Amino acid sequence: MIGAIAIGLAAGVVAGLLGVGGGVLFVPGLVLFLGLDQHHAEATSLLAIVPVAIVGTYRQDRYGNVVRRDALLLGLLSLAGAAAGVALANALSGAVLRDAFAALMVLIAAQLVQRAGVDRHGSKKA
Amino acid sequence: MLRLGTRGLVWRAVSTSGLPGRPLGQAAAGPSLQHSLRLMAIGTLAGLFSGLFGVGGGSVIVPLLVLWLGYGERAATATSLAAIVFIAGFAAALQGLYGNVRLLDAVLVGVPAIGGVLIGTRLQQRLPPRAIALLFAAVLVASAVELVIR
Repeated sequence: MIGAIAIGLAAGVVAGLLGVGGGVLFVPGLVLFLGLDQHHAEATSLLAIVPVAIVGTYRQDRYGNVVRRDALLLGLLSLAGAAAGVALANALSGAVLRDAFAALMVLIAAQLVQRAGVDRHGSKKA
Repeated sequence: MLRLGTRGLVWRAVSTSGLPGRPLGQAAAGPSLQHSLRLMAIGTLAGLFSGLFGVGGGSVIVPLLVLWLGYGERAATATSLAAIVFIAGFAAALQGLYGNVRLLDAVLVGVPAIGGVLIGTRLQQRLPPRAIALLFAAVLVASAVELVIR
């Protein structure tokens, strides 16, 4: 339980810092610390993300960082994809979903390392 | 509420004049068809990712906003967070229909995360996030190994 709370806190910090990291820490946290299976962990993660994203958005908006029109369009245009993703997740076995999720985590890790490298050279900074 | 409302108005006035936080060329260019089509592609891909993996989709949205639409890092992460409210909310509702959502567990990780995100967004205005990105990457790889061998 303390592990789950710590994971929640850490997930929030990285989500606020990097814009990535709520769910990708919630899911393994729910599996490893609370013993949920992969399907329940993913579904529960999605719900836990919502209030975090609302608070993060509110803060970022006050810093003037949110491009509101694009955010709204992105959100609305993602609904069909989200429905397909949820249906696909529920069609897959827990073991397959878990291994795919582990692969996703490694890919996101690689992407973060790459972004960190890009930042250092300054080529992608505004 | 009044105080916050005033801040919002100030922000709007500042942002329409193209000051910090906006991806400059984009905001001025207006809603071109290409821009909208790219948003649609990013949204669809992010939605698929979010629904399939139970994540927000930020790992898809942020780099694509940077690469395709010329966003700066901060505007990309902020705009991504706002889009995730819709994406994760919709996907969570659908998962609820499947009976997969554990409400108490969501509260257990979600409530501390709200405190975390307040800390994170505050730090982002002060820190170059490179060191945190590298640390986070290491945590992800370790967790992935733990998930699979467990």
